[in-house]
Amino acid sequence: EEEKVGEEKPEVLSPEELEKLKEEVDERKKLISTLRGKPWPMRKKLLTLRESHEFVEKYEGALGKGKSRKLYAYKVMMLKKWMKFQRDFENFKTACVPWEMKIKEIESKYVSYLFLLYPCTVLLVLPGCLLFFNLAEKALMGRPYGSMPRKTVPRADEANAMDFAVLWDFGGYAQYSVLFYGYYNSQRAIGWLKFRMPLSYFLVGVGTVAYSYMVVIRTMARNANEDGGGDNNSFNFSWKMFTSWDYLIGNPETADNKFASITTSFKEAILEEQESRKDDNIHLTRFLRVLANFLVLCCLAGSGYLIYFVVRRSQKFALEGLESHSWWERNEVNMVMSLLGMFCPMLFDVISALENYHPRIALQWQLGRIFALFLGNLYTFIIALMDEINLKREEEEVLKLNMTIWEASLYNGTLGANSTAPPITVHPADIPRGPCWETMVGQEFVRLIVSDTMTTYITLLIGDFLRAVLVRFLNYCWCWDLEAGFPSYSEFDVSGNVLGLIFNQGMIWMGAFYAPCLPALNVLRLHVSMYLQCWAVMCCNVPQERVFKASGSNNFYMAMLLVILFLSTLPAIYTIVTIPPSFDCGPFSGKSRMFDVIQETLESDFPAWFGKVFSYASNPGLVLPFLLLMVLAIYYLQSTSKSYKQANLELKKKLQTVSRTINKVLTLIQYLLYSLCGTCTDIVCPPESTPCKGGEHRAHQGKSDHQIPPSATSPPAPRGHRIPGPLPGNQWQPAPSVQRVPNSQRH
Amino acid sequence: MLHDCTFFTRKEILQLHGRFHELAPHLVPLDYTNQPDIRLPLALIVSMPELKENPFRNRIVEVFSEDGQGNLSFNDFVDMFSALCETAPRELKTIYAFKIYDFNVDNFLCKEDLEKTLNRLTKGELTPEEVNLVCTKAMEEADLDGDSKLSFSDFENMISKAPDFLSTFHLRI
Repeated sequence: EEEKVGEEKPEVLSPEELEKLKEEVDERKKLISTLRGKPWPMRKKLLTLRESHEFVEKYEGALGKGKSRKLYAYKVMMLKKWMKFQRDFENFKTACVPWEMKIKEIESKYVSYLFLLYPCTVLLVLPGCLLFFNLAEKALMGRPYGSMPRKTVPRADEANAMDFAVLWDFGGYAQYSVLFYGYYNSQRAIGWLKFRMPLSYFLVGVGTVAYSYMVVIRTMARNANEDGGGDNNSFNFSWKMFTSWDYLIGNPETADNKFASITTSFKEAILEEQESRKDDNIHLTRFLRVLANFLVLCCLAGSGYLIYFVVRRSQKFALEGLESHSWWERNEVNMVMSLLGMFCPMLFDVISALENYHPRIALQWQLGRIFALFLGNLYTFIIALMDEINLKREEEEVLKLNMTIWEASLYNGTLGANSTAPPITVHPADIPRGPCWETMVGQEFVRLIVSDTMTTYITLLIGDFLRAVLVRFLNYCWCWDLEAGFPSYSEFDVSGNVLGLIFNQGMIWMGAFYAPCLPALNVLRLHVSMYLQCWAVMCCNVPQERVFKASGSNNFYMAMLLVILFLSTLPAIYTIVTIPPSFDCGPFSGKSRMFDVIQETLESDFPAWFGKVFSYASNPGLVLPFLLLMVLAIYYLQSTSKSYKQANLELKKKLQTVSRTINKVLTLIQYLLYSLCGTCTDIVCPPESTPCKGGEHRAHQGKSDHQIPPSATSPPAPRGHRIPGPLPGNQWQPAPSVQRVPNSQRH
Repeated sequence: MLHDCTFFTRKEILQLHGRFHELAPHLVPLDYTNQPDIRLPLALIVSMPELKENPFRNRIVEVFSEDGQGNLSFNDFVDMFSALCETAPRELKTIYAFKIYDFNVDNFLCKEDLEKTLNRLTKGELTPEEVNLVCTKAMEEADLDGDSKLSFSDFENMISKAPDFLSTFHLRI
């Protein structure tokens, strides 16, 4: 048909032929775009590509006729430009993946790491948002430092505001900077752009949390989809055989470890299969497990109490004045929390030796316990913080009283109570300052994160690097083999590090509302961590001996991230909703509750009917039934999904039975045909010659059979001769595969 | 043209060419405009660091070579890395995985193929009875039509549910 069209002049084509030609061209274009996904040899792909390109170019121009020709040509050109743009954008995106070479190096030595990039994207977006309105504050309308009391260091502190010790504690100039909540102006509309500072602060804070939820849940949903959501136990041995080798491994050590772990995993699976596990002394095992859990609970309670005690002590120190105490006493809280975070997991590891679980289960218990430890510590810390907040608020009340007295003293009693007078200009540094509890909270979180970072780096340097150096050099003059025996090199613990990342993120979420630059600081910290860890991993660590993943998919860590997100936004939300903001610092100063800003905006910036609608919508009488409806919807969806899973399993069983039946029928037919052919050839061809039999065999190409000798008669088809499309396996397929369709369309 | 046929960008194809050239600098020309027909033997290709430790390296190279003996031209070389790269779709990887594990190239995974796969994976550490047990169990699990070998549709059905397949069956260059 192509040749026929080519010989005629384009204008002579009838509309149907034109339509057919257009279809053909479109089909070729589709072929070109899907060419990379076809399992053909490269030579064939290149040939097809060249032919299709030629065809498309030859007939594309001819297709547009008359008035529509110009439009068609224009459309084609735009499409080409769009595809080129897409391709360039893809190139650009791949060039932007940070640390690509580093990741490759590490992946070849350790297991795949890519899912760690997901939290990283969240981490990178957060500071973007927060940085935005931060910059807006400065650039658009910010009254600079020193113009307002909240932005100035009080006179009393000015002397040592620049001291390093004070700055390290985030006091002094650092306290009165964009870093913390207290700096921001509470004026409703600032500057010539009428930038709504308090509103934007509130919305950005809430928005980043909402965005984080969305990203985490979307990632979980995507992971769950990829899982196929099915029976995880029905293909145990097959999966072990075909998907356990990690093709990324390029390092001999890792390869050896992998071979060993695969062998072990097979042996374990075989043992379980043979059910020759001795059930000895299940009571002893149970008792030991209960004992282990009890010990762990004691540890957790102990650490919680320790933190509470230490925070109380630090409050006492603060009352007495920080200068009279040593460095340790001033930083006690953070150091204690970091040290607990370092040593308790090791303790849990030792205790779990009592339990005698399968390694994957033991890993999950371990991670759960570390999770509980961190959570307990964090919440104790927050409760102690709450006490401090209440203290500060009492202070504030006292100060407010003193303010009126101080103001009166300024006028020195020269005026009566009701008369007005020109305001006396006082330098902002001299105005007595309220204790800003929000800034204090922000400071505490920032200090916590800094000390956490320091602990991590120091652990890395001492625990990994120093240990490696000692093992390597002392080995020459030591009695036993240090490398194989006791200390040896430290293993790279993937799950521990991921947990650390997740908790770091949780702390950021908690503190971000009160210290807006915290996410930006965290990004810096992550960059440094990345380089430090990369170096440590390649030079001082060895791969884990038994590589066990905590779960089949990455959803385990995502689920933990989600829980942490929920638990860390709870305290922030609680403080926003219940505690009134300070009267003289921050964007919400003077309001009775922080979320009043929404009310104000609705009243002043939106038309009146909007406010009415909103007040109806937020009526509890409406909200409660809505919540009830959602709970019912969740229940309904849950039960339907269960029933679908059931139906799935039954269909699969049916599939097996049906395919076995059909196979038997086919075998029977083949046998009949063969015997028929056998009688024919006995008549037609002499019995010794084989070509007829060979011919028959080729006609029944692909059908599985037991009687006819397998492919010994026909040589394995080399790549160049293979037929495209589905592999010639069983001709009967449960569902028509996609590759068949173009074949039928062509004729 | 090559980057319409593969999942690589132009930059990556040039990088690949560099790697191909490194393998045999005296054989592979730097200038490919005349499309010379140079093939590198199997032994050279499997010495690459990405493939050196892989127990299936010989099969991988054989599957992507035109003559089935493992001699790769540059086009085949690019094709190999493209099919195993991260952005290749699951269906394509399943097809090639089937071909790789099919040692006797009869388009079925029969018991001998499974045994060979297992022995390569465990480096011969399992006893013959254990090998037999594992292969029997795997065959039972995946064989839908009861012919005691795995056709492509059986394999595909089994792999489509595997959670680890995409993350392990992937080469990065």
